[in-house]
Amino acid sequence: MNIPLNIDWQQILLHLFNFMILAGGLYLLLYKPVKKFMDQRTADYQQMQDEAEQKLASARELEASYEEKMKEADAEILRKKTQAAKDAEESADAHLKAAREQAEKVLADAKESARKEQEKILFETQTKIAGLASEAVEKLLSTPAEEVYDQFLDSAERGDAHEA
Amino acid sequence: MKNNRKAVRFIIWLCITVALLVGSLVLGSPGGKQETIQETMRDAVLHGDNKISFFGMKDVNPALISAVTLTVVLLAAAALIRIFVIPKFKNVPGKFQLLLEQAVGMFDGLAKSNSPHKNGFLGAYLFGAGSYIFIGTLFELFGFQGVTTRGMSIALPAPLSDINAAIALGCLSYLVILSGGISVNGVRGVGRTLKDFSLPISMSFRLFGALLSGLLVTELVYYYINLSFVLPVIVGVLFTLLHALIQTYVLTMLTALFYGEVSEPYQKKPKKAKKAKKHHKQAIA
Repeated sequence: MNIPLNIDWQQILLHLFNFMILAGGLYLLLYKPVKKFMDQRTADYQQMQDEAEQKLASARELEASYEEKMKEADAEILRKKTQAAKDAEESADAHLKAAREQAEKVLADAKESARKEQEKILFETQTKIAGLASEAVEKLLSTPAEEVYDQFLDSAERGDAHEA
Repeated sequence: MKNNRKAVRFIIWLCITVALLVGSLVLGSPGGKQETIQETMRDAVLHGDNKISFFGMKDVNPALISAVTLTVVLLAAAALIRIFVIPKFKNVPGKFQLLLEQAVGMFDGLAKSNSPHKNGFLGAYLFGAGSYIFIGTLFELFGFQGVTTRGMSIALPAPLSDINAAIALGCLSYLVILSGGISVNGVRGVGRTLKDFSLPISMSFRLFGALLSGLLVTELVYYYINLSFVLPVIVGVLFTLLHALIQTYVLTMLTALFYGEVSEPYQKKPKKAKKAKKHHKQAIA
């Protein structure tokens, strides 16, 4: 059969055969190795990027944990400062209170001591006065009344002169 | 001093050019039997007269010899590149590595963008077909000589300027599209592919027509000696480069596009939408 345009089935098959060899050869010799290299390089870069992102993420986590720890430390410091201030205040109050108590005690003791001293002096004075009185009574009883009367007047005059 | 040297070089170049022009005009064409322009152009289309013996087995069109020569040259070059260049590839590519990566990446990207579901085989096929069309079209620029069975010397044409080669590549591309449809969608894929039954014919004749027109223009220009100066730089080199690029892009793009279309996984349409559409039509009626 005469096909238009001189189409020849045998030559079509030969062209197909030729192209199959060419396409297969180009695939094996160029396309596959070049694509493999490109894919490998892409995978390498992807892996590098993944690793970098992973490191960045862990660094961020570490930073966050450090920040958390720093916050905790700051809070602890603040708490301890507050406690220390409170303790110091309590201690100062206690010292002050003790000092006041001691001062009050010293004052009370001093007052007590003064009172006792006063009582003692008073007692001794009374005792002395009583002694003098009894002595005077004895003298009075042993001396005549005129002499006593003169002595009294003398002493009264001496006393007025002393006051004047 | 420099200006004098430039002037001398220019004068030498001008003298040689003029001598060549005069020589070609004086000597004319060699003697012997010559084809008329009609015979030349008819033979370019039909390949009825000039045949070349295919290893003594059969007389074939010169384009088949071009195709075989191209295959041998390309495979030899590919083997050399595989042995000496690819093992020395670096992460930061040099110029030649960049060229190879660009070629592979371009066809791989074309396959991936047009057929996202299945594209491994398509990328390899597009690389092979694209290389064959592009370098095969540029092949006619080299003017490799072949001797016909009638003893005439002819410049080997581009492989795809032969209708047999164009039919082979067009039909093979269609079969590749069909294989993509079958591998993803089975019988439905066959149906989708057969829907575009005119595709092998259109792809074949588009390739044939584009490359044949280039061949005819080149034949016409070179047939007349008066047209053989300056003009071939445009019609021979620039046009060949241009339609090599265009035809490579067109065939690979069409193949990738149809492959992607038939290999798209089938998804059932929701019934509600159909019912709503039916109601809407009834309401309009």
